[in-house]
Amino acid sequence: MIEANNLWKRYGDNVVLEQINMHVAEREFVTMVGTSGCGKSTFLKMLLGTESPSSGSLLLDGKPISSEPGPDRGIVFQQYSVFPHMTVLENVVAAKAFQRPGITGYLFGGAKKAARHEAAEILEQVGLSHALNRYPHELSGGMKQRLAIAQALLAKPRILLLDEPFGALDPGIRADMHELILNLWRQYKLTVFMVTHDLKEGFYLGTRLWVFDKLRHDPQAPNAYGASITYDLPVGQLDQRLYQEIDDSLRPVYTGQSEDGLEGQP
Amino acid sequence: MKRLINLAPSPVVSMMLALLPFALILLMYVASSDLRLEANPNDKLLPSFTQIGDAIHRMAFEPSKRTGEYLFWQDTASSLQRLGLGVLIAASLGLALGIFTGALPLVNAGVSPLLTVVSLVPPLALLPILFIVFGLGELSKVMLVAIGITPVIARDIQRRTREIPAEQLVKAQTLGANTAQIMIRVLLPQLLPKLIDAVRLTLGAGWLFLIAAEAIASTDGLGYRIFLVRRYMSMDVILPYVAWITLLAFLFDVALAWLSRRLFPWHANGGAQ
Repeated sequence: MIEANNLWKRYGDNVVLEQINMHVAEREFVTMVGTSGCGKSTFLKMLLGTESPSSGSLLLDGKPISSEPGPDRGIVFQQYSVFPHMTVLENVVAAKAFQRPGITGYLFGGAKKAARHEAAEILEQVGLSHALNRYPHELSGGMKQRLAIAQALLAKPRILLLDEPFGALDPGIRADMHELILNLWRQYKLTVFMVTHDLKEGFYLGTRLWVFDKLRHDPQAPNAYGASITYDLPVGQLDQRLYQEIDDSLRPVYTGQSEDGLEGQP
Repeated sequence: MKRLINLAPSPVVSMMLALLPFALILLMYVASSDLRLEANPNDKLLPSFTQIGDAIHRMAFEPSKRTGEYLFWQDTASSLQRLGLGVLIAASLGLALGIFTGALPLVNAGVSPLLTVVSLVPPLALLPILFIVFGLGELSKVMLVAIGITPVIARDIQRRTREIPAEQLVKAQTLGANTAQIMIRVLLPQLLPKLIDAVRLTLGAGWLFLIAAEAIASTDGLGYRIFLVRRYMSMDVILPYVAWITLLAFLFDVALAWLSRRLFPWHANGGAQ
């Protein structure tokens, strides 16, 4: 369904990604791990359409992926992905309204009623039915992410992109969210790409784990070479030794250069 | 003894400290006024509170001998009408300019440089041109207020539009929203409280332009009156007028803050999530 052929991404002289080749079938659940600034988020942005490849191709069903975000690819960010000025219910109803052509993005009459009904249903599914009339600032981090997921699912995307969606959550809540996302993945027959900092999360969730790392390293010019997919592993057949090996590779003794790299840039 | 930066007054002390400078100023005024009036009962510079009270009574509660109008209220109504219209025009125009330049790079490229240049023109320098073009009537005064504060509001709203996290715009697009829907449902509602903030901040400038325009060419208005009676050194009229203008400005500010909290409960408690 999605494939990359010799994909590169550069910002000026700074090579972020190089020689990415991959093929992902429908309904896979890919988790991506890597050090900060290794380009995993950049890769996700290319799938999303807010960044485009410098060279090579990124294909969806054999055609280059659209260079702007669209309803076939849903997204949940770590933060800011719900609308702060709408209540929980309005957030989801708005998602419904955006699917229809129109200028205002408001629904009226029967359409509004139907949308509210459908919104309440999906909010029940993610466990937010007790908070329909609250504003996002009144929700906990976990509830906010549940809302963001409900919103994304309502648009019926084929691909769901998750950019460190649970990075800011407590471990206990994170486990609940894992369960939720796995259930929804099966039920909605989604193809999921998830960026995470947490290797355990990558080993536990999904069907496939990618590790992004630099194959070549020039200490004089740290940005001369980009990262690539160094491990492409089917999840479920992983042993402890390999986990340790990857875990070590993700935590190299860093040589003083900025940890954030491009990850933090908008 | 705690460090000075860690010493905070209790509510009672805080209130007293707040009132203290007002009381001191009042006291100084009364003392100096008494001193001067004792030396010269016809002194006009620092009128006593009785004289000020008489002046207020004359202006506000007795019809004018010449026109039969209650001048104080007539002045207030005229000024507020001009200020209100000017601010309304500026807010609408500023919001439209700000949201379009902030959200649409194509519009921004064409309009922003002009906006920057226009905002650098001192509005008062345009006043003669406004008088020539629009005449000495109401329109030129309203236009001065509007022209004076529109660029400020527009540039503020433009910046606020860009401050809205890009994640929200991307999210809306992945939900299928088109440009108009994003602007109306995602950007506009989040900018309205910012617009109220911008209006609160520019109201001071609005008063400035209003009073300047009224001082130069008008037949009524709060600014007109204080500049008119200056010829007779009527401090007993000028002082209450200045106090009244200050009170009005304060009331508008409080009312707008209240309106913002009331209409946008999500904004007061966190804003961009």
